[in-house]
Amino acid sequence: MLATTVRVTRDVEVAEECVQDAYAAALTAWRENGVPANPAAWLITASRRRALDVLRRERVLRTKLALLARPDEEAAEPEDPADAVPDERLRLIFMCCHPALAPEVRPALTLRLVCGLSTAEIAQAFLVSEPAMAARLTRAKKKITAARIPLRVPEPAELPERLGGVLGVIHLLFTTGHSAPAGRDLIRTDLTGPALHLARTLADLMPGEPEIRGLLALLLVTEARRDTRVGDDGKLVRLDRQDRSRWDRAAIAEADGLIVGALRARRPGRYVLEAAIAALHAQAPSFEETDWPQILTLYDALSRVWPSPVVTLNRAVALAEVHGPEPALAEVERLELGGRLSGYRYLPAVQADLLRRLGRNAEAAHAYRQALDLTGNETERAYLTERLAEAEPPDAEAVAGPPLGHSSCGTVRLTSRLR
Amino acid sequence: MPQYAVLIYAGDAPGDLEMHDRHAAELSGSGRLAAAFALADGSTATSIRGAGITDGPFAESKEVIAGFYVIDASDLDEALAIAGRNPAVRQGGGVEIRAVAGGFVRPPAHG
Repeated sequence: MLATTVRVTRDVEVAEECVQDAYAAALTAWRENGVPANPAAWLITASRRRALDVLRRERVLRTKLALLARPDEEAAEPEDPADAVPDERLRLIFMCCHPALAPEVRPALTLRLVCGLSTAEIAQAFLVSEPAMAARLTRAKKKITAARIPLRVPEPAELPERLGGVLGVIHLLFTTGHSAPAGRDLIRTDLTGPALHLARTLADLMPGEPEIRGLLALLLVTEARRDTRVGDDGKLVRLDRQDRSRWDRAAIAEADGLIVGALRARRPGRYVLEAAIAALHAQAPSFEETDWPQILTLYDALSRVWPSPVVTLNRAVALAEVHGPEPALAEVERLELGGRLSGYRYLPAVQADLLRRLGRNAEAAHAYRQALDLTGNETERAYLTERLAEAEPPDAEAVAGPPLGHSSCGTVRLTSRLR
Repeated sequence: MPQYAVLIYAGDAPGDLEMHDRHAAELSGSGRLAAAFALADGSTATSIRGAGITDGPFAESKEVIAGFYVIDASDLDEALAIAGRNPAVRQGGGVEIRAVAGGFVRPPAHG
């Protein structure tokens, strides 16, 4: 047994440890499932598997974690052979998104180790200084090494929860790039690109998971509208004014194929439902022909599987289209009182639009100013400033421009907003 | 096989001791338990900081470390799976998992 294992590890000490681990594993497994027909073969297999795990882990830690210790390098390094193995990427994704790592470091770690972005690029993406990002990554590296965060796909029992964490990281990367919280550009392809790539990789490697297909579909549909969200003049174009003939029909069709299968699941999950909502928007020939009642039904289902104030806010937008702005405004005001969305720039923005539709312009102007205070993205600010000017009563005294807001990065956001 | 220390934080409500006994029996039967110690009540703790000796636990919180044990686990996931079954998790407290960096145990002397 030791000889077989040494052939794998080329190191007696490591091999001995693997053999011990195999015995320990046998103790547990055999107590639960009975002694196998051929215990010796079972032990040898277990020991060899452990040895291969140790080797792989060491190789990856050597090659990958070394990247975290060199924050100053500029270009992404060439793909190393480990990346040629698709399973390796999957293990790496799960390691980077492990719940034992601080949530704020998971997206950064994934970009660094799975997508090969440099520390400087990641620091820029998350609006922090490079030394701060380097320190964050170094801390994560220390934790991975000291706590031995494993490099493997979780067991089936823990998979649903762990997969949720991975999907959350990919979703966050995409939404941060989809409507950048700060800066000149609304869309940051340096983040949406890697997120799409990750979602596709995951969907290829785990084809049986409806929520992965749902997330991929959601990103595809959202990406399909990308070029029409900002006009040639650099201004934000709302969903009702976007040129639908320029939407990427192939991407929308692919997303549709992914959703149809996933929706047949007994209880569709969060991402499948979000994708279905986005797809309904994408398939409507014009804004006026949007199937709002169906969208509202999907939001109701989404509220059940993923109750969150962000969902309630987006549902209010659909509610306004089906039952008018009055009940929708009541929902938004309830949310505001709840306080869980304080600081979320889209709450006052939605509120302002609803107030305007009810002709309550002075209140709408106040809400637009609140939204302006909360966003640091120049494209969004320009849009809000125009809306504010429309809502301002002409006889009102001139008001000073709002102070430049600092928005926090990382709020979860859906894609079927009014923009 | 690497070892992990599991620090048991008890909530301020007295937990069901029987559950802890059952869990301890299960753990020692699994062959994973390397060492285990229950500690005297947290209110009797004394801490030493740079400023000197103070009465009470080191970390100011409602939870105090009621005891700790050391388990064999090949990686963090395995350690989390074992430690997650501790009843303290479902009794208003919780556990903290830390890799053991080194150790030594001398059985208590009889005399």
